[in-house]
Amino acid sequence: MERADVREPASPTPPRARGRTVRHPSPKEYVRIAVVLAVVTAMEVGIYYAEISRALLIPLLLIFAAIKFVLVVLWYMHLRFDSRTYARFFMIGVAGAVTLYLIVLLTFRTFAG
Amino acid sequence: MESVHTFESEHEATSTGLPNTKLAMWLFLASDCLLFGALISTYVLYRGASLVGPYPSEVFDIPYTSVSSFVLLASSLTMVLALAAIQRGEMGRMRVWLLATALLGMTFVGGQVYEFTTFYREGLTLSTNLFGTTFYVLTGFHGTHVGVGVLMLLSLVAMSFTGRITSRDTMAVELVGLYWHFVDIVWIVIFTVVYLIPTGK
Repeated sequence: MERADVREPASPTPPRARGRTVRHPSPKEYVRIAVVLAVVTAMEVGIYYAEISRALLIPLLLIFAAIKFVLVVLWYMHLRFDSRTYARFFMIGVAGAVTLYLIVLLTFRTFAG
Repeated sequence: MESVHTFESEHEATSTGLPNTKLAMWLFLASDCLLFGALISTYVLYRGASLVGPYPSEVFDIPYTSVSSFVLLASSLTMVLALAAIQRGEMGRMRVWLLATALLGMTFVGGQVYEFTTFYREGLTLSTNLFGTTFYVLTGFHGTHVGVGVLMLLSLVAMSFTGRITSRDTMAVELVGLYWHFVDIVWIVIFTVVYLIPTGK
């Protein structure tokens, strides 16, 4: 007698997606970023006390703040390593806020004089 | 020296292939950008517009606030170390780093309370002038965010002891971490715009 071709029923959809390998910075990399953040903060405070003109001081302080902001977002919040969808979500908020409030401040001539 | 570490991530099956909770957290952080953007731009709008003192230059203690900034930056480091620990299945080490983060957060909030008290004694209240109003509202909202973050961190530690957080639940720690780092980057902007950029008064 021929054996019936018995197949196992298809398994139901798994409730959890399959595990995928994710890359994040190592603890040593985190410490290196922390050292850079501390140095940049020290430089910020240092130039605050330096005898330099306001026209130079303000752009320098904003550049230092931007460096720290980007380092934390890319490494500590893992946007450099995670899906770009998260970055797009966040950038909508950041770009929207900067654009909206820059328009408001320019409308009120906040930076004039 | 190894610069990255890899781990297995597991989450509910979703149409995007990404965990919904993490997408929701990023969406929340994006919306919080608008909240803090409104508060920071209001401060900038009324910068130097106060008719009576005390003015920022009379009350700010930059060395003191710089130490507070270092404390908050250090808490971001301990937070990512807690995440790395749970991703490696080291629950004990995760608890230590989470408690360290909560402690640093409480130190920051305690410092802010001391700063507010000092300013109040020097005559700066919420209704003294435009500087007082915009400063207290902005930094008060930020301090409240830090306080909420501390509660979330302590909740994670408590849940890890009761078994509601196990070494498989890396996402819970990652979500709290995202919130914590967001609070840190908001302070980076506040420290520069409010404290370091001179107002002229």
